Amino acid sequence: MYYPHVAGPQASSRIGLTRREFLRLTTLAGSGLTLGIVLPGCARTGGGAAGDGAAAAPLSMPFVRIAPDNTVTVISKHLEAGQGVWTGLPAIVAEELDASWEQMRVESAPAQVPLYGNLAFGGKIQATGGSTATANSWQQLRQAGATARAMLVAAAAKEWNVPAGEITVSEGVVTHAGAGRKASFGELAARAAREPVPTAVPLKDPANFKIVGNEKLTRLDARAKSSGRQQFAIDVMLPGMMTAVVMRPPRFGGKVGSFDASKAKAVPGVVDVVQIPRGVAVVGRDMWSARKGREALSVTWDESAAEKRGTAELMKEYRTIAQGKEAVIVAEHGDVERALGRARKRVEGEFEFPYLAHATMEPLTAVCRLSPDKCEIWAGCQFQTIDQANAAAAVGLTPAQVSINTLAAGGTFGRRANPDSDYIAEVASIAKATGGRYPVRLIWTREDDITGGRYRPLNYHRVTAGIASDGKVAYRQRIVGQSILAGTPFGAMMKNGVDPTAVGGNAAEQYDLAHAHISWNDPKVGVPVLWWRSVENTHTAFSKEVMIDELAEAAGQDPVAFRLGLLGSRPRHVAALKLAAEKAGWDQAFPKVKGRGRGIAVHESFGSVVAQVAEVTVHDDKISVDRVVCAVDCGIAVTPDVVKAQMQSGIGYGLSAALYGKITLTDGHVDQSNFHQYQVLRINEMPRVVEVYIVPSGNPPSGVGEPGTPPIAPAVANAVRAATGIRLRSLPFDLAAARKA
Amino acid sequence: MSIKLTVNGEARELDVDPDMPLLWAIRDHLQLTGTKFGCGMALCGACTVHIDGQPTRSCVTPVSAVQDRKVTTIEGLSGPAGQAVQAAWVSLNVPQCGYCQSGQVMSAAALLAGNPRPSDADIDSALAGNICRCATYVRIRSAIHQAAETLAAGTSAPTKG
Repeated sequence: MYYPHVAGPQASSRIGLTRREFLRLTTLAGSGLTLGIVLPGCARTGGGAAGDGAAAAPLSMPFVRIAPDNTVTVISKHLEAGQGVWTGLPAIVAEELDASWEQMRVESAPAQVPLYGNLAFGGKIQATGGSTATANSWQQLRQAGATARAMLVAAAAKEWNVPAGEITVSEGVVTHAGAGRKASFGELAARAAREPVPTAVPLKDPANFKIVGNEKLTRLDARAKSSGRQQFAIDVMLPGMMTAVVMRPPRFGGKVGSFDASKAKAVPGVVDVVQIPRGVAVVGRDMWSARKGREALSVTWDESAAEKRGTAELMKEYRTIAQGKEAVIVAEHGDVERALGRARKRVEGEFEFPYLAHATMEPLTAVCRLSPDKCEIWAGCQFQTIDQANAAAAVGLTPAQVSINTLAAGGTFGRRANPDSDYIAEVASIAKATGGRYPVRLIWTREDDITGGRYRPLNYHRVTAGIASDGKVAYRQRIVGQSILAGTPFGAMMKNGVDPTAVGGNAAEQYDLAHAHISWNDPKVGVPVLWWRSVENTHTAFSKEVMIDELAEAAGQDPVAFRLGLLGSRPRHVAALKLAAEKAGWDQAFPKVKGRGRGIAVHESFGSVVAQVAEVTVHDDKISVDRVVCAVDCGIAVTPDVVKAQMQSGIGYGLSAALYGKITLTDGHVDQSNFHQYQVLRINEMPRVVEVYIVPSGNPPSGVGEPGTPPIAPAVANAVRAATGIRLRSLPFDLAAARKA
Repeated sequence: MSIKLTVNGEARELDVDPDMPLLWAIRDHLQLTGTKFGCGMALCGACTVHIDGQPTRSCVTPVSAVQDRKVTTIEGLSGPAGQAVQAAWVSLNVPQCGYCQSGQVMSAAALLAGNPRPSDADIDSALAGNICRCATYVRIRSAIHQAAETLAAGTSAPTKG
């Protein structure tokens, strides 16, 4: 059932290098066997090597392989987790290569830096995140495609004895009209592999793009994912493989004191019970026996260092902290205190945001096969370089001895990108503790996932804003919420003591404010936190867009007009806002029906600007979102249908949090365990109408996986205000509570 | 204990704990991995299979309860409704991460088999048990309508690939 090199749906039928052969070749490429490495990422890795004269050899390069069977396989350095990189990255290559979409395939790259490093993160770590996949791959893959095209053309020119300049390429066919010659990529691949790698290649004029920007491309993973054939980590079946579940401390920061495995070991099918750094693992011949074994396991926990506070206490502490003078200054300009003192109108608001679990559909799963000098991992890895290092540390090998097979992930939303690679380190530790006697698959149950921490941080914001008689705005905000970066290997990303992943996207960054003062406190709490789809923007966009709406109301202005007045230096915000407003019919009066209203929000994140108009109906304190109109400026939309899908997805994910999402703790214990308590959006709550419009742009591509999420909650809150007069300032929405406040 | 059942038209015999959920029996013992584990409590629908044609959450169905019954998993989905659903799923690029989609497709196919022209409300009601964290819901509705049109036109095209 496990296919070692299948990443995409069609890959099982491909001819060419196995993953192992490819690894060997890419490794050799670094040792000088491949000649003329001039363009990063465009070196030849096989096919043209001395002594490799097989006629059926592919043209094989780090990012693209053209096989004699006429398939073009793009090697994706990024994780496909639903965001569409397995379609977007091949589209970039196909464009410059002039391939036909039908011949495109995709597979995951092995873990290898700097070759597959993320250029947006300095190129030294292989990682997917921050909505950077398309943006950092754009030039790299255009060059890769253009280089391969030039080598195919050179091969054809030689074979047909015609000038290369007279050769045309279209839809995967290389043609010399004068000589009446035609050849497919597959027919030319072996010969092209013997051509020198060109030192410079021209890239297309975007005006001539046919594949990039094409609305009609079918996702390369659509068929496999509509038929149950897409392989995820949970589907990996290795000979002799066992399945493990882990019992972890009931409170964050707890440790194993002692355990009694006798009853667990008596459960039929249980083969091992072992302690690992994060708890006690029960290994069985299948998932059912492992689970039953865990139910029979008895562990005494050492909770001396565990977090024992509940979220109600924490929020109370956050409020107190916010009253204090001590804070890190995030942004400061003008004279806020003076301006607020003299303001014609003042508005104030307190905002509360709960912890949130990512709740990926595929609960965290990883497979490990360990031998004395090798550790193989199969998982939906998001941080390959870091996962490799953490697995190596867990088993006592070097990172180079750890190979990572990145499979499609059943969602991540940031969860799989964590500095200590929790689930990867766990499976490696289990393999180590069981002596590598069998391959082991670790599965987290849904309960493990919901109670497992790594949440979007609990947050408290307090905002005071005012408008002077000349219309100038003063804005003071205190943010209290745990740092995601502090104390992790990513701490170096903090600047002047400020964690951008805690406070970015605030009003001082996104509006032309005459006076602003933004400050932050990082409370020390033992609940582990992490980036959650759009990270800090999940809360900063909300308080900002709700307060701006309150200011507009206080000023007696239309919410769109008021925003435009504060966006003079931000043309992309203006364009997105205007497009959303126009498509939503904002200039026409909204029908005056009891309980109905509409609201708007705009926010920039990950280099893209998204504006959304939400139309809601409120009935018996229940909010239904009827229609959402979304406008996005993401630079060049490489695959517009994927962009639209990501906006729809971001809206749905954000609505889940706005309507339901809440992790609470009582005495340090997480109160929720599965979807009955941690509710998420279902189809009957998804707006019937979600329209997405893309702002035309010639700028390089920017993010789309996350930017659709931040505006939806404030747009809905502003719509509820219009519908009911109630201001919602805390998430998830609780109309009855807000009515009383 | 030996349990006899029919899976995708094939008679199978399993020597497993009778309490083992059907989900783990078909995944871990029959290596049919298209059916997914999502919650273990019949809350998310990722594990949906058909038992005698009825959509059923395999994660809470003991394997002993399907003794001598006909189980259809995504791997064995066939017939006009199933084919129309899968073709529409591809044509409208429904899947994102794809993990829940086996369950979505199984629920959609069962809906269309019993109600060839469902309304949006019918779809919402029939698929409310299937969670998609990528929120592909708008496209799921559209794809079910498209599949219904295909069925009505009697031109159900088999899925490719």
